[in-house]
Amino acid sequence: MNLVWLIPVLPLIGFIINGAGRNFLSKTVAGFLGSAVILVSFVISILVFWQVKNGLSGTVHLFDFIHINTLHLGFDFKIDALSSLFLLIITGVGFLIHVYSVAYMHDEPQKDFARYFSYLNLFVFMMLLLVLGNNFVIMFIGWEGVGLCSYLLIGYWFKNTEFTNAANKAFNMNRIGDFAFLLAVFWIVLRVGSLDFNIVFSQETLSKFSVTDITGITLLLLVGATGKSAQIPLYTWLPDAMAGPTPVSALIHAATMVTAGIYLIARSNALFSLAPFTQSVITIVGLATALLAASIAIRQNDIKKVLAYSTVSQLGFMFIALGTGYYVAAVFHVLTHAFFKALLFLGSGSVIHAMGGEQDIRKMGGLHKHMKITSITFLIGCLAISGIPGLSGFFSKDEILAGVFGSNKIFYGLALFAALLTAFYMFRLYFITFTGKFRGTSEQQHHLHESPWLMTLPLITLAVLSVIGGYIGVPEVLGGHHELAQFLSPVVPHENFHLSHSTEYILMALSTLLVIASILFAWFKFKNYQGEGDAKGFGKILRNKWYVDELYDAIVVQPLMALSAFLDGIAEKKGIDGTVNGVGKLVNYASRQARLLQSGQVGAYVLLMVLGMILLFVIQLFV
Amino acid sequence: MDITYYITLSLALFTIGIVGVLIRRNAILIFMCIELMLNAVNLLLVAFSKMHTANMATVAKDSATFASDAQIFVFFIMIVAAAEVSVGLAIIVMLYRNIHSIDVNFLNRLKN
Repeated sequence: MNLVWLIPVLPLIGFIINGAGRNFLSKTVAGFLGSAVILVSFVISILVFWQVKNGLSGTVHLFDFIHINTLHLGFDFKIDALSSLFLLIITGVGFLIHVYSVAYMHDEPQKDFARYFSYLNLFVFMMLLLVLGNNFVIMFIGWEGVGLCSYLLIGYWFKNTEFTNAANKAFNMNRIGDFAFLLAVFWIVLRVGSLDFNIVFSQETLSKFSVTDITGITLLLLVGATGKSAQIPLYTWLPDAMAGPTPVSALIHAATMVTAGIYLIARSNALFSLAPFTQSVITIVGLATALLAASIAIRQNDIKKVLAYSTVSQLGFMFIALGTGYYVAAVFHVLTHAFFKALLFLGSGSVIHAMGGEQDIRKMGGLHKHMKITSITFLIGCLAISGIPGLSGFFSKDEILAGVFGSNKIFYGLALFAALLTAFYMFRLYFITFTGKFRGTSEQQHHLHESPWLMTLPLITLAVLSVIGGYIGVPEVLGGHHELAQFLSPVVPHENFHLSHSTEYILMALSTLLVIASILFAWFKFKNYQGEGDAKGFGKILRNKWYVDELYDAIVVQPLMALSAFLDGIAEKKGIDGTVNGVGKLVNYASRQARLLQSGQVGAYVLLMVLGMILLFVIQLFV
Repeated sequence: MDITYYITLSLALFTIGIVGVLIRRNAILIFMCIELMLNAVNLLLVAFSKMHTANMATVAKDSATFASDAQIFVFFIMIVAAAEVSVGLAIIVMLYRNIHSIDVNFLNRLKN
């Protein structure tokens, strides 16, 4: 417990050393240092987790942070079940991805290599702050910080304009959410006068909130969460964020940062439980996102784009769980999703590495022969995300589905449909990429190879975790005790399922059968994939992502551009510049005319003088 | 005698002076016209002074002698005018030495 402060400080040290020494640290040192600090953090996190498991949770006060009038904010860390679990995910998956990065980024120039690791360490630091903070301000610092690191890492190859645009898009969209978050924080200060979690979530405070307050605050927090966690309407940045290096996509845009919104809502569950309206909004947002993103993923041909939309869709599932009040299920899915989605992303990175940077699955095929480890681990990831019984995804997804079934049957149908789409597009991806014939150039075929052990080792580790990760949350109906729910119970209330065991068995059997059916459907459709022509009709709409980007472009970007053009062209150039330059020009012109009076003729001067005197006399006499 | 006559005469002299300054190009003539203007003012001062003394005499007899300030001013003006003439004539002499003319319209070298 005393070492808790080391957990975020170590990555910070790594960031400072790597960042300051990026010009002279060798790749080996930078990579080793970057990974080692995370490993030590991970070890401490395990110790902390162990202590929490033995009932030692609490608040660690580091120093006084902000002290204004009656508002006291300490730099406090909250150590409880929720934060210690997230610590494990962040540092654990983070460490594996750091190790993977050492091999993946090996062809980068030495300077950029250290820069990459410094960003990655900074990200881990910020994410840990977000999770550990015991008040909304510390959380907000982390919240903004991870957004910044996401921006820096998406735009890591900053010489490519398209990539920097993607980075800008991610940052701006996140900022919209962050702004709403900030408003919620202000609102809480206004009503409570404190931002400390212990105070804000206490029964005494909660009873003082009016319905308007609590609905407003939770809705604003929800907008913040949709920005970070890529939900409708702010999800479009995440697919574009794939411009960053693949390990970054795995760490930030799949396993950790995007779950910040889920963490926020799970952390504030006391507030959200009192706002039924917001909860139904969350459910609908999650459901719509899950369906929309899953439908888009079916028709994407970029291996990372498919996974990106899959992430958006899975985050939608977590939101459904949050909206229906099954916070444990949401956190559970965060955990399992972190394993299998990081695995899938790293697997795709391994494929891209072997293909020499090619990301289009139409040019792949038959890769199983060439890279067995990647292929098998990828298959495990696909099975896990599809929800095949026995793998981690099954337990968490099934818990969510059962929860939805208990609250709304129509929503259940839609969520189940999204789950089937998930299985379908994941296996479409798998079959197109790893089975059939190779469709790339012969040069690429020659180059195909299994990735080095630094890359396959994290893959294998994550594959193992994807398989066994679900067993910490085996529901009672299958003879388990749901250890995770018991562990989280001090922080997150565990809603008991109101379903009978037979209903649950039927639901599980139903979803399992349907998932297997959709996998088989994908197998028949794509086992001998030969490429496809231009999509027509509905497929074209899906391939173009429902034209959401175009819609946003038309209703937000274009009017904004027009306004900017107006301000630049009319208001700035004609208005302000016109006035300033006009004054200058007027003086210039007037003085050029007045200069003519200086004729050099003495007589003329005298005449003017006399005329002036006469004028003064006239004024004196008649005015 | 009515003050109006003095004022009219002074005005006439002053106007002649001004018109002379304006239309003449000969520096010496301009100088003379300036003197004319100064003397027109002097005349006016003396005239007003006499009038003022007369008025004061009717109001307060024992202070009839004090109202000659303006006449003293006239002497000052004469002295200043004399000094001015000496300087001015010196300038005109230098002018003639430089440009071999005393036409003021040639006095525009500063312009370019």
